[in-house]
Amino acid sequence: MSPFEYMTDLTEFRQQTRAWLAENCPDSMCTPFQSDDDQCWGGRNFEFQSDDQKRWLQRMAERGWTAPSWPQEYGGGGLDKQQTKILKEEMERINARIPLSSFGIWMIGPAILKYGSEALKQQHIPPIVRGEIRWCQGYSEPNAGSDLAGLQCKAEDQGDHFIVNGQKVWTSYGDKADWMFCLVRSNSEVKKQMGISLVLFDMQTPGVKPRPIKLISGSSPFCETFLEDVRVEKGQVVGEINQGWTIAKYLLTHEREMIGGFGISEGESLSQQAVRLDDTAEGCLSDTVLRADIAAWEVDAMAFAYTLERVADENKSSQSIGNTSAMLKYYGTELNKRRLELLLKAHGSDGLVMEGQAWHDGAIPKSWLRSKGNSIEGGTTEVQLNIIAKHILGLG
Amino acid sequence: MTLVLTEEQTMLNEAATGLLSESWSVSDLRELRDSAPAKAYSEPLWQSMAEHGWVGIVVPEQLGGVGFDHVGLGQISQQIGQSLCVSPFFATAIVGVNLILQSASESQKQDWLPEIIAGNTTLALALDESRHFSPQHVEATAVKQAEGYVLNGEKRFVIDAPCADQFIVVARDAGKMCLLLVDANSPGVTVERTTMVDSGNAGLVKLNNVSVSADRLLQASDDIEAALARILSIANIHLAAELLGISIEVMGRTKEYLQERKQFGVPIGMFQALQHRAAHLWSEIELGKSIVLAALQAIDANEGDLQVLASATKAKLCEIAELATNEGIQMHGGIGMTDEFDIGFFIKRARTAQTLFGGRSYHLNQFAKSNMY
Repeated sequence: MSPFEYMTDLTEFRQQTRAWLAENCPDSMCTPFQSDDDQCWGGRNFEFQSDDQKRWLQRMAERGWTAPSWPQEYGGGGLDKQQTKILKEEMERINARIPLSSFGIWMIGPAILKYGSEALKQQHIPPIVRGEIRWCQGYSEPNAGSDLAGLQCKAEDQGDHFIVNGQKVWTSYGDKADWMFCLVRSNSEVKKQMGISLVLFDMQTPGVKPRPIKLISGSSPFCETFLEDVRVEKGQVVGEINQGWTIAKYLLTHEREMIGGFGISEGESLSQQAVRLDDTAEGCLSDTVLRADIAAWEVDAMAFAYTLERVADENKSSQSIGNTSAMLKYYGTELNKRRLELLLKAHGSDGLVMEGQAWHDGAIPKSWLRSKGNSIEGGTTEVQLNIIAKHILGLG
Repeated sequence: MTLVLTEEQTMLNEAATGLLSESWSVSDLRELRDSAPAKAYSEPLWQSMAEHGWVGIVVPEQLGGVGFDHVGLGQISQQIGQSLCVSPFFATAIVGVNLILQSASESQKQDWLPEIIAGNTTLALALDESRHFSPQHVEATAVKQAEGYVLNGEKRFVIDAPCADQFIVVARDAGKMCLLLVDANSPGVTVERTTMVDSGNAGLVKLNNVSVSADRLLQASDDIEAALARILSIANIHLAAELLGISIEVMGRTKEYLQERKQFGVPIGMFQALQHRAAHLWSEIELGKSIVLAALQAIDANEGDLQVLASATKAKLCEIAELATNEGIQMHGGIGMTDEFDIGFFIKRARTAQTLFGGRSYHLNQFAKSNMY
């Protein structure tokens, strides 16, 4: 196809996409999420909030547009980069919600497509696209946090399968998920990074017991998961046995970029919220120290947004500045923490109310408390700074 | 618009790095400081810059310039920061040329630009009257006479005052702001060099009944305050690019020192207390690169108000350069405090560039005001 034909093709694709979305995206799915509960996570146990939510997922999944860039042979949309971007733009244009929030799409799916066997792709990718199976991540352990490669969850070789024993922690939505992708110690005789495997198993397998952990925000997005004599078929190992650390790092990079994106917040700006919330007699932003802190934050957020853009542009044009995910994770999460501290202060005493409709059941203090985890999960701020110092600056 | 340099912009960056690293080093700055000549810059290097077309980079080709963009010009600003080169470049090629492009009539442009682009006429903006940047605060007067104007006033922190051929003076004509091009040799003009911490060419300019002919009034646009505000935004974005260059250079030198300097039997870069601070500084500089590039592109795009982004950029780079230079000295330890070692020149230049046309707090305040809070 000539470049000209391709461009015409893209224009046509945009028109068709716009028309299809207009016809198929229910009106109630063209509104921003009011809370985290509005997200559709799919899976065996998911209770749809409305028929519209269910319909929207099914219609998008049928076209593979829940995972637009994945290959069609596994149920994906088969779109190229340009088309994927157009779909995203057209969805944003009408404020369409993402039809499916999924660790399958964001994390394990790309890893299976990149490292997994053909059988694993056939088995796992289509249900991820359709939102039928919800995944959770078994990475951290009580004694393996920042030192993740020191994990001890043991996988004993039984010929055609492993028997897994140990404990995982910070399993996101472990109590709601259907399958887990899990790092296990398959060899303890070698250097710690060389004896790790990435295995997949059903959460209904005997011996798997997730237990929710209540956070300081009052909610329980994480579990600790106990694994007792859990049988895992060798066919469910992603990539080679004992080579799981490579895939783990690949996934961590993904996760960091995702969490780093938290530095960007949409909707009403922080300063405008603060102006709206200032009910003192002196008038808008009478607290000049808060005003200065907010201005400094907004400037940083602006520079960070340009940095995300520049990194994306440089990756495209291969003027890559190298390992930037650690920096984006570090800076983005610290920015988000600062934003919520400022927002809390802008709300004054209202910002401390945990219950009651007028206070959205404590939405502000809950997100403030939740944000404290941003610089811990996916590798702490200190781990990111270690990575930058060691791998980018060549120190130590 | 993508946030990467085009091939031509990259080439200009490399050319600037090449010319400045061949013809200039921090020891040249040291020598200028110690010998204190009247024109404290390298004239051959300035001529060479002019020959390379740098003075007229953003001047349209029909006016004798290169017709290139501010992203390109910004590459030179950044390299000037990295090399600490002292020259009339900022006052003439960035502030002066852009003011003339924006506020001079066609015939004034044709009269003045060729000599400026050739490096034969240097310019200096005489604006500040108070120790804190306050561009509205202009008490200098331009009183209309039959044959032109009579100027009176006193200007301070005028960059390149001791070596400029022409001053662009901001004054008030019956309360209304105006811009006049004043020959440095006119009777009634006295220039007093102020020896600044960065060893640059700043000075006080006193105007005592200075007669200026009417054809030296720059009034292509009616709204002089708006025109001046845009020029100050452009100047601040280029100062930010210079501060970025300073920060990058200080980071590079400091990183090398952390790798070389041994204490307790190991390079001090092995200590996590220093590693994390260096990694934080590196991250800040990456943000600085992004916002400077976005701001330079915004000058070229010439859409809407430049001031919000200019203020954000200057505020951010003031903060980054302050962090970089302070950390630079601290991480170098005792040797960083010695005059013999070069790192001190960077902190001195940084503070001057930060202060010129408003520092961090000034611009954060402007940013907040522009965003209605």
